[in-house]
Amino acid sequence: MVQSALRVQGLIKRYGALYAVDDVSFELGSGDILALLGASGCGKTTTLRLIAGLETPDDGEIWLGERRVSGGGDWIQPENRRVGMVFQDYALFPHLNVSANIAFGLRQYHGDKQARVAEMLRVVGLEGMEKRMPHQLSGGQQQRVALARALAPQPSILLLDEPFSNLDAALRAQVRAEVRAILREANVTSIFVTHDQEEALSLADKVAMMREGRILQFGTPHEIYSRPANRDVAQFVGEANFVPAVARGMTAQSALGDIALLQEAHGAVSLLIRPEAIHIAPHGTPARVVWSEFYGHDQRLGVILEDGTSLVIRIDSHTVYVQDAVIGLHVPYAVWAYPD
Amino acid sequence: MSSISFTKPYFALSVPTIPRWKSLILPLLIALLIVLPLIGLVVNIFNPTIALWQKLWATTLPTMLINTFVLMAGVGIGTLIIGVGFAWLVTAYQFWGRAWFERLLLLPLALPAYVMGFVFMATFDYAGPIYTQWRAWFGKDAWFPEIRSAFGAILVLTLVLYPYVYLLARAAFREQAALTVEAARMMGYSRTRAFLRLVLPLARPSIVAGVMLAMMEAMTDYGTVRFFGYSTLSEGIVRVWELRYDRQTATELAALLFFVALAFIALERLLRGRARYYQQGGHGRVLPRVPLKGWGNLFASGACWLLLAIAFILPVAQLVGWGISEMDKSTIGAWRDVYGNYVGTSLSLAGISAGVIILFALVVAHGVRRTSSTTKRRIPRIIARLATLGYAMPGAVVAAGVLLFLSPIDHAVTDFAESLGRTDRSLLLTGTITILIYAYLVRYMAVGFNSIESSLEKVTPNMEHAARTLGARTRRVLFRVHLPLVSTGVLAGAILVFVDVMKELPVTLLLRPFGTDTLALWTYYLAAESFWQAAAIPALTILVVGLIPVFLLMKLGDRGNGAIRT
Repeated sequence: MVQSALRVQGLIKRYGALYAVDDVSFELGSGDILALLGASGCGKTTTLRLIAGLETPDDGEIWLGERRVSGGGDWIQPENRRVGMVFQDYALFPHLNVSANIAFGLRQYHGDKQARVAEMLRVVGLEGMEKRMPHQLSGGQQQRVALARALAPQPSILLLDEPFSNLDAALRAQVRAEVRAILREANVTSIFVTHDQEEALSLADKVAMMREGRILQFGTPHEIYSRPANRDVAQFVGEANFVPAVARGMTAQSALGDIALLQEAHGAVSLLIRPEAIHIAPHGTPARVVWSEFYGHDQRLGVILEDGTSLVIRIDSHTVYVQDAVIGLHVPYAVWAYPD
Repeated sequence: MSSISFTKPYFALSVPTIPRWKSLILPLLIALLIVLPLIGLVVNIFNPTIALWQKLWATTLPTMLINTFVLMAGVGIGTLIIGVGFAWLVTAYQFWGRAWFERLLLLPLALPAYVMGFVFMATFDYAGPIYTQWRAWFGKDAWFPEIRSAFGAILVLTLVLYPYVYLLARAAFREQAALTVEAARMMGYSRTRAFLRLVLPLARPSIVAGVMLAMMEAMTDYGTVRFFGYSTLSEGIVRVWELRYDRQTATELAALLFFVALAFIALERLLRGRARYYQQGGHGRVLPRVPLKGWGNLFASGACWLLLAIAFILPVAQLVGWGISEMDKSTIGAWRDVYGNYVGTSLSLAGISAGVIILFALVVAHGVRRTSSTTKRRIPRIIARLATLGYAMPGAVVAAGVLLFLSPIDHAVTDFAESLGRTDRSLLLTGTITILIYAYLVRYMAVGFNSIESSLEKVTPNMEHAARTLGARTRRVLFRVHLPLVSTGVLAGAILVFVDVMKELPVTLLLRPFGTDTLALWTYYLAAESFWQAAAIPALTILVVGLIPVFLLMKLGDRGNGAIRT
């Protein structure tokens, strides 16, 4: 078996009676990018800080490669863990210029430090900015310096705390793609914390969905999105229609007709049908348009079926549907079902 | 001089190293060191000498009390009008020389009150050039304002203390005026009405802070009121101590003044209250200034010229004139020796005090900072407040408290030293500069602490965390991250303490070991004997040193104000 880059086992962190992190366990392969996803206060940042050694756990073990850094009587100080961290506010050293910031962690580095700094500057695309001071940089540039600084000492794992929350929406998508490319090039195992499902799904290899200190589901973005462990997860990672149905093996009968299932089920169930999984078809189940929102690249329609079921659908934007128009609906894909 | 500190909630530095309460031990000890002398005074007043108070009440005490309050009220009103008026003038209007005046109006901060005091007395007294000329013009019995009076003392103290109000009011106007005035004008207010109804009330906390600071300084003043024969509590304490060698009376009076000062601090908190208004956004934007034309321009510019001339240019010119004529005298060799001596003493006292105070302030600020979590901020805040209590205390109170506290310890220590074979019977603590340094520490800890605390706020907990995840141990974090970032605060604090000690009069006067004389004392003694010319030289020396922090303040004021460069 391949050695895992990070293994967290039964991690617990309490603040008084509150369990900030409650029995969290997961494992991460080398080079994987994990997103810790959840609403604020779900314990995701605490988990990150426990791995970094900035908080002491009340129980559980943390292994970085073959090294136990916390638990079972072991405690390795944060400065000795070889963990890189990018903070939400970047926490650049305001009195040091870009290269000095990046070189800060290279004291123990065996090799040409200048060359390493230059290499990092190239990786994050900030060549020529060596002498700039942090306050002379834009938010996106500051973030790349923070990333370069964290990556420079070749950490065994990189931790990013809400890395994109300080950037404005227009910049965020672009920086996200850049960061993904940088992490891929550095081939570094990474964990980032976010409350933005789109960010988690688009950037990560694995997503850990957290709530009240626990991991509700751990899986690939695709699994999390199309096979959520429960309705909460389903709603957190995207818009969801829950349609009552009666399952018979691999199909279920509902107000939208017979729909294929992803797993075998029997009896009363709720089907998770994503808005984009519902297509418009001439001979489909009739529905009346109640409202519509136009987004340009697509549109959302609120529709109501003959039996009174309300649904939200997301379709291409080429056709305009006026209110009270009657359309036919059809679900061409297999969907996920929760027993009632 | 003082800096204003803002308290922000910051997150605990929760990197697990040492238990947090341990980092409070040293700050607590330092706070105790500062508070114990003051507590000693309080204990003392619960055991009063009744006969003494009866005598005081029948003789000088009522006058001293009334004079103290009149002086404080007068200086409060005076600095309020001048400080706020000129702050608004340079913020809201454009007139000839505005950008220069905006900074130059801070200059009087560099003049110690007693220096301004003796210059004014020499100039306006009966034998002074102005009064003499006046009599020549209007006859021998013509009315002339008596400078040795409440009016004179209030005038002089107002002229040296208005910059506190000016500085704080200007900062408040600058931060808030642009947005407020724009919003008010959208609702149909004129600029003037917007100022009176909105800008002024919004700036109230800052203005109150400035006025209170000026009034506290007036309460503390010793030299000016002495020159003007205007007996206040501060002056009374020094007088009975120094001239009548009556330490018991002085100590009990000091205890009374301690309570006056304490009541004043409480009043300040009450007046400022929760009134901490904040205007979000508009950061770095300044109110577009209304250009003044014709008479308005002339009037505004003229008013600034007048204030600057009276409060700085003329007194300094007079001092320079005196100094030059003194140096022309044949005694030049004589004063050079004395001068070198006093400069040496002043510089070393100020230097040692600055070093000690900054070191202690760093310890307290760091300890308080480490333990200030969002939930439990009470204890560290209390420690910080105790450690900085001395700044509101008049020098005479501090001196009395320190001596009262140190005397028994000193006798014990000296006895012990004797038992070890020391033959010299002189006192080890109160007979040396140790007691002076200690008293300065009590008095000026706040100055150092506030500078350092506000610069420590620049270091976010995440910076420390970042450094640690990058492999830096605690010591490297301290030397590579904390110290470089607070170095400006440390330097500024050190300079402020240095200058304050340099200018200090009552504490030095009361506690100096025999034979220790400073520039401030030299100035005071010569001026008290009406040797104006001779007094000018040490006074100018103090002024030059005092200008350093004023220039720093001016530079600081330039930041974040693009309009000033035009």
